[in-house]
Amino acid sequence: MELFMSLTIGVLFAVGVYLILSKSLLRIILGTSLLTQGVHLLLLTMSRLKTGAPPLLGEKADAYVDPLPQALILTSIVISFGVTSFFFVLAYKAYQKLGTDNMEELRGDEHE
Amino acid sequence: MSLLHAAILLPFILAVGIPLLSSLLRSAHTGWFVLPGPALLFAYFLSRIPAVQEGQSITAAVRWIPSLGIDFTVYLDGLGLLFALLITGLGSLVVLYSIFYLDKSKEAVDRFYVYLLLFMGAMLGVVISDNLMVLYGFWEFTSISSFLLIAFWHRRERSRYGALKSMLITVFGGFAMLAGFILLYLMTGTFSIREIIGQADAIANHALLLPAMLLILLGAFTKSAQFPFHIWLPDAMEAPTPVSAYLHSATMVKAGLYLVARFSPVFAGGAEWFWLVSGFGLFSLVYGSYRAIKQTDLKALLAFSTVSQLGLIMSLLGFGSAAAYYSGTGDYQLYAAAIAAAVFHLINHAIFKGALFMVAGIVDHETGTRDIRKLGGLMAFMPVTFSAALIGAFSLAGLPPFNGFLSKEMFFRAALQMLRMDIWNMQTWSVLFPVVAWTGSVFTFLYSMLLLFRTFTGKLQPDKLEKKPHEAPLGMLLPPLVLGLLAVVFGLFPNLLAYTLIEPAVASILPRELSAAGKFKVDIYFWHGWTAELFMTIAIVAAGTILYKLYRRLTVLNRPLLRRISLNAAYDGGLRSLEMASQRLTNAYMTGSVRRYLIYILTFFIVALGLTMIGSDAFRFDTSGYADMSAYEAAVAAALILAAVAVPFARSRLTAIILTGAVGYMVTLFFVLFRAPDLALTQMIVETVSVTLFLLCFYHLPKLRREKLNVRFKLTHVLISAGVGILVTLIALSASGSRAFDSISDYYLAESYNSAGGRNVVNVILVDFRGFDTLLEIMVLGIASLGIYALIKLGADSGAGGLQ
Repeated sequence: MELFMSLTIGVLFAVGVYLILSKSLLRIILGTSLLTQGVHLLLLTMSRLKTGAPPLLGEKADAYVDPLPQALILTSIVISFGVTSFFFVLAYKAYQKLGTDNMEELRGDEHE
Repeated sequence: MSLLHAAILLPFILAVGIPLLSSLLRSAHTGWFVLPGPALLFAYFLSRIPAVQEGQSITAAVRWIPSLGIDFTVYLDGLGLLFALLITGLGSLVVLYSIFYLDKSKEAVDRFYVYLLLFMGAMLGVVISDNLMVLYGFWEFTSISSFLLIAFWHRRERSRYGALKSMLITVFGGFAMLAGFILLYLMTGTFSIREIIGQADAIANHALLLPAMLLILLGAFTKSAQFPFHIWLPDAMEAPTPVSAYLHSATMVKAGLYLVARFSPVFAGGAEWFWLVSGFGLFSLVYGSYRAIKQTDLKALLAFSTVSQLGLIMSLLGFGSAAAYYSGTGDYQLYAAAIAAAVFHLINHAIFKGALFMVAGIVDHETGTRDIRKLGGLMAFMPVTFSAALIGAFSLAGLPPFNGFLSKEMFFRAALQMLRMDIWNMQTWSVLFPVVAWTGSVFTFLYSMLLLFRTFTGKLQPDKLEKKPHEAPLGMLLPPLVLGLLAVVFGLFPNLLAYTLIEPAVASILPRELSAAGKFKVDIYFWHGWTAELFMTIAIVAAGTILYKLYRRLTVLNRPLLRRISLNAAYDGGLRSLEMASQRLTNAYMTGSVRRYLIYILTFFIVALGLTMIGSDAFRFDTSGYADMSAYEAAVAAALILAAVAVPFARSRLTAIILTGAVGYMVTLFFVLFRAPDLALTQMIVETVSVTLFLLCFYHLPKLRREKLNVRFKLTHVLISAGVGILVTLIALSASGSRAFDSISDYYLAESYNSAGGRNVVNVILVDFRGFDTLLEIMVLGIASLGIYALIKLGADSGAGGLQ
């Protein structure tokens, strides 16, 4: 399972990187979103998969999965959500002001 | 804190106080307030002569940075005292001269004296400091104050150019010198010059000695304007003439000579030091005197003359370094005489060159030009100035009865002495020394005569002069006359100097040799018999007179040779191409394209991590602890991969967003499969809101374009993204395959209910065990929402220029 998850994470990273290298602002934000998913899965995979019951003590199981990475991922999800939402609005406003979503056209003024 | 410390600090204190004082008393020229300072210091240093003559030296220390071995230690011996007297004595005369030279109503005289006093204090600090780091600090202070003084008339383009050039060259040398000092510290473990000289024997064969020597010599040669670093000196002539007289003839340019003399006890005695110091000195002597002939500007002529004379002194210091080799044998006295000649000529040069610069300033001041092609016949109008000029020029040319004659004779004797040397390949080359010395002296004679006679004799050309020439005021004439008088007095009674200043100075340049062979006696006779040196001088006068007569006809002499291949062109071209190359380099990689920068970052990421993984042999894949895999999980993973890979191929905005959403939901399913219920819940909600936001925002954006890239560019992107993907996979595999120790989560599982009273361990970690993370995460969310609000709200208020 870990082997397969590692491959999946690799694909998510590769596609995410390919997208953030593109010109369109929308594709870049989609790329960061995919990268975030890849990171979350990587965190989970590196702490061993399926070693026991969910970390709810009411289960009375012999073993539980590691609760710490789950707490870390939860924090990360919320933070990346906040950041991504901000980027959405920033991209939207940038397009509204500048009239383009092409990153190659969004450069500093030569004469500044 | 001793009187010596106070002496160094006095000019700095004056520099702070003078502007305040002069703003209170506006009617008087600021220079009158400054004058007592250097005069007092001169008197103080004169009073130290008897003690130093007895062989006593004065040492005092003020703790500054004891933890680094850097203390403000002062040390006054013969060499330091000689320089201190030159600095303060000439300083007083220059201040007096500048009172009449600078017009109070037209010039910023306060600024001038502040810079001049800073320079004076820094220069005193250089020659009296015993600590290398303190010496270096004062050394750079002289560079900075010299920079400020050269650019005193900062509205002139040439002044700024000259100031920048001198700054770049001398600071370059200063940095090299600092590196040399640090090497000395590494070898000896001390910053004190005394202690380093004490360990000179121990470090004589150290591997770092030669680099330290080269770096320190680089500092000395740049400061003392030796070939090929002399190019800043002629351009520094844009400074006011008192500055040229003081800094660029008598004091600052001699700081390099001071450095060579001061470090002679450490480095002298080897072939490298001998050849470098005397070789560069002799070459500068000939080159400077040859270039001086061709100058038409009085100050430029004097600048090249300074280069040449400094070369003479430098070469004498080089000759004298042989004394260290012959230490203990009978021959050493003969070579030590070269050091005495160097010290004597150093004093003489300061005297006559100071006088000549002041004369040039008077001529400029009273006629409005310094171009010798426009000058002539001033003798009748300015008799006093003429007499000062005559003494200075004859002394510079080395004619009796002036002081320059004696030191020139001593120079020839030292050069002839080189013929007897049989070490360091000298058998082959020694004959060159007197020949080169003689040639340089002929040129020196020629330009001295040109300087004197073309300015003061011949026909007056009143139509070419801006002002009607007349004699200068007494205050301006007094300093050159005092110097001229000194030139005559020291010429007739050289032993006034010999016992008081020269002997102690030689003793500090050759400390060990003298203690081995007893006290070194300097005897300078005005008449030394029919010796080879005298015949050489007679030959100089003969050859120089013939050349002077032929000057107008010999184009070799008065036409600039090698105009195209000049060092200035190399310097200017070097600076320009350096600027252009760095601009081109920066423009090549700072393109302004975010994509390009991402490529740099990601490539670095791949290369650095990839090499580390290969280098540390990190490929360890242990499959034993892997969980098994069901068909259901395989299906979810396949769906996720398919959705992700499809995103770059999506044509419409909607498809891309939905595919990304699908990836998010597949991740939610993974969270369910991997027993993470809280994660699954949060992920599902966040994904839904995100997709909604995506759709809301990008409703307004244009249609999603397929990337139209050329093949090469696209291939780069594919390669980089594949590289990142593969690398992350490998890292994930080797990380999960090599777990060094168990997780700490057993503690959380055991204590979640006992200590925190909760059964949902993830939630207990979030709000109890690691509640700080959550607090700050809430803050992130708050800031993001405030930011979004501000972006929309403020954008709407000033949105007049928005999308049409």
